[in-house]
Amino acid sequence: MLDHANHPAAPETFSGDRGLDHEEPLLFEIGRADVTGVDIAEPEPFASRLGALERKGPIGLPGLTEPEAVRHYIRLSRKNYSIDAGLYPLGSCTMKHNPRLGEKMARLDGFADIHPLQPQSTARGALALMEELSRFLLALTNMSAVALSPKAGAHGELCGLMTIEAALRARGEARTRRTVLIPQSAHGTNPASAALLGFEVRAIPAGEDGIVHADAVAAALDDSVAAIMLTNPNTCGLFERDVVEIARLVHEAGGYFYCDGANFNAIAGVARPGDMGVDAMHLNLHKTFSTPHGGGGPGAGPVVLSARLARFAPVPFLLREGGELRLVEHANETQSLGRLTAFHGQMGMFVRALSYLLSHGGDGVAQASRDAVLAANYLRARLRDVMTQPFGDRICMHEALFDDSFLKGTGVTTLDFAKAMIDEGYHPMTIYFPLVVHGAMLIEPTESESKSSLDRFVSTLRALAESAKRGETERFTQAPRHAPRRRPDETAAARKPVLRWRG
Amino acid sequence: MRYLPLTDEDRAKMREAIGVATIDELYADVPKDVLLKAPLDLPRGAPEMEVERRLAALARENVPASRAFLGAGAYRHHIPASVDHLIQRSEFLTSYTPYQPEISQGTLQVLFEFQTQVAALTGMEIANASMYDGSTACAEAALMAHRLTKRRKAVLSGGLHPHYAEVVRTISRFAGDEVVTLPPDIFAREDVAAHIDADVSCVIVQTPDVFGNLRDLSPIAEACHAEGALLVAVFTEAVSLGLLTPPGAFGADIVVGEGQSLGNPLSFGGPYVGLFATKREHLRQTPGRLCGETADADGRRSFVLTLSAREQHIRRDKATSNICTNSGLCALAFSIHLTLLGETGLRRLARANHASAVRLAERLAPIAGVDVLNDAFFNEFTLRVRGDAAALVETMAARGVLAGVPVSRLLPGAGLDDLLIVASTEVVTEADRDAFVAAIEGAL
Repeated sequence: MLDHANHPAAPETFSGDRGLDHEEPLLFEIGRADVTGVDIAEPEPFASRLGALERKGPIGLPGLTEPEAVRHYIRLSRKNYSIDAGLYPLGSCTMKHNPRLGEKMARLDGFADIHPLQPQSTARGALALMEELSRFLLALTNMSAVALSPKAGAHGELCGLMTIEAALRARGEARTRRTVLIPQSAHGTNPASAALLGFEVRAIPAGEDGIVHADAVAAALDDSVAAIMLTNPNTCGLFERDVVEIARLVHEAGGYFYCDGANFNAIAGVARPGDMGVDAMHLNLHKTFSTPHGGGGPGAGPVVLSARLARFAPVPFLLREGGELRLVEHANETQSLGRLTAFHGQMGMFVRALSYLLSHGGDGVAQASRDAVLAANYLRARLRDVMTQPFGDRICMHEALFDDSFLKGTGVTTLDFAKAMIDEGYHPMTIYFPLVVHGAMLIEPTESESKSSLDRFVSTLRALAESAKRGETERFTQAPRHAPRRRPDETAAARKPVLRWRG
Repeated sequence: MRYLPLTDEDRAKMREAIGVATIDELYADVPKDVLLKAPLDLPRGAPEMEVERRLAALARENVPASRAFLGAGAYRHHIPASVDHLIQRSEFLTSYTPYQPEISQGTLQVLFEFQTQVAALTGMEIANASMYDGSTACAEAALMAHRLTKRRKAVLSGGLHPHYAEVVRTISRFAGDEVVTLPPDIFAREDVAAHIDADVSCVIVQTPDVFGNLRDLSPIAEACHAEGALLVAVFTEAVSLGLLTPPGAFGADIVVGEGQSLGNPLSFGGPYVGLFATKREHLRQTPGRLCGETADADGRRSFVLTLSAREQHIRRDKATSNICTNSGLCALAFSIHLTLLGETGLRRLARANHASAVRLAERLAPIAGVDVLNDAFFNEFTLRVRGDAAALVETMAARGVLAGVPVSRLLPGAGLDDLLIVASTEVVTEADRDAFVAAIEGAL
């Protein structure tokens, strides 16, 4: 095998391609401005109504014919890892199987080809679908209302915090309660969302056992606290044991409890946030409810709300009056906090999520959660003698967290270990998150893997851990060697940003 | 259950390896009184065929938008078959945000191409890797303008889509920023410049505006820059940029828009894709993901997500935005459609749209009780009708024509109940126009 390190960019073949591994130029290097892959007839002569605002000069958009375009994108697609092709153990991301039934259903004309502003009387099925999805989400969470419009988890966080602030305004305490308590292990979106709305973020420490203790919350509470944002199960893969007591303390101090629902896949159908004192929580339909991640979206982040917050939900919201279902689109004369997005939310994702929920049913959702937790604990149990756990050997929820102690003295970092997994045919786990754990490796297998798939993953990780300990450093520091690319120079990318093609 | 590969035998072996007798033991940290004792009152799981029947029945209760003249922020266009096929490639559909660039070059190169296409289309220097939709991109633009100018007041044109204006107002109200919304500007005659003072961070103007009018942004850009404010230009119909002077050429500082028109179905309002472009000097205050070019360890061209020091997962409460997931797959659909069109196809598509709307306007103009209000327009214009436009739309819907968006749907109580926003794209046929004319004549 050729040593790439000593022969930079050495072509192994005349074409530069290798078997099924094709290089693909940029669209701008193969397309031509005078070529199009869409046949559109020139309109009959007509009198333009553009006034003086017609575009002059070229746009700079090359075109490809259909066969060229198909080849371009197919070749590009082959440079991506995907859940369809392999286990995708990204912790906190819930990369479960994306059923194709959802894709088929979302493409029915009656869902895909309806306009958000057509008369509601012509979209009754859409409203009924939204209501049915709401019913599932409320039953699974035991909450009072759901705001469907948020576009993703972080958008849901904004929505939840806004409802909380709206409630504080109604109490006349919005000016004095400007603090949001957030554990250091939280997703970055939590403090970013709070800061965007002008809240002060106060960090609360977790105990040595990786969870937030009620006394730490009690110590941080005062009458400036608007809310606590807690992820449960938390980002260390642990259930916040004190959650009920924490909720009680926060409520007693006049604050609200926002729960980051990114990890709901551990407990859906097993326990309900509404029973734990949660006031607002976003649900990532693209995590727990299997809508595809699409290489970075679209997501969907409906927010379930407690009775105390329900009336502040954003517009549009569904209202059933005398058997008639309608969308309330304007906040006037309601206590709604206002509008968060142009239309009604991610309808295409609602169809997929409901398709998943109807397929699973209440029983199937609970089984999925239990399998997800079982799979994570199985990985933990099979890896605990070769990898190290930051909070001791204890049960986890749907993700297993390891630190880099087992790599101490080997010259191999968490990043190197992750890159070596790429060579073994796996997408790495989430690394260096949560920030509170040194060299964190957060593994979330989900319920979608068979036991043989989990076993194969275990033997690969065990072999890698043992190899690192044997001092086979190069396997790691030089990895990946079998991917479409080796490690890119990220520092150079940030120092002199090239964000578009220039011929 | 067809989505769950573990068998009871597997589960037993796994419990044994873990050292627990039941899965319940794994939930030992969950307080006993919140663990569900009985299954939830939800339907049991169903086979694929049953779910399909159920959802198809719901879909049939909706009237698809064929023979529809609806716009106002979402537009029906023909989507080439290859677009939908390509976005369903597993490697695009079922991958995550490209955090591991070595095995995500497909998504990353697409984003790099998308950014280049958006920058070219808008006439701007750089673009990000997409936002949720046009309206949230618009709100992010206001926040970015505040950061850049260190001022906190936005002026919204009366031609801005009312829902976009509401989204900006909602976030501003909570962030403690000031917003001035100009009254509905049906004839594009407002004097925005009169509202720009030393406290204004940005003016947000849409063209084509929500009523379909085309606006010359040059004088507004000059007025903004004279006072140290920024011009945020908005569009909701990306196809218009095939035929119209791009906002960049007018001197816009930030350009945001809705990209649904290219590659993405109407889908009752989402998922869509927000476009966000700006000047290179504003790079570090730009929200959202950015994809950049670099080289790998072998010196080969590679793409990575870059400048993440702006982002929430690094900067936390100091981030430029809280955005994490954006609209990757919709951006892919947009990019593929634009690649298939190319410059030649996009111009033709835009001309076909303009021609379609001009023909409809010409057919409607002679009808008694109908006035076409616009002077200049692209593929959408506003009608003043005799009586209530919303009632007219309901009557026409009963005759199989979805006639447009009543302004009262967007601006209830504004005294504009006789206005109807009508769009006509390339999918509208002469027979559709005949049906429209017959229906409106019958209804008036």
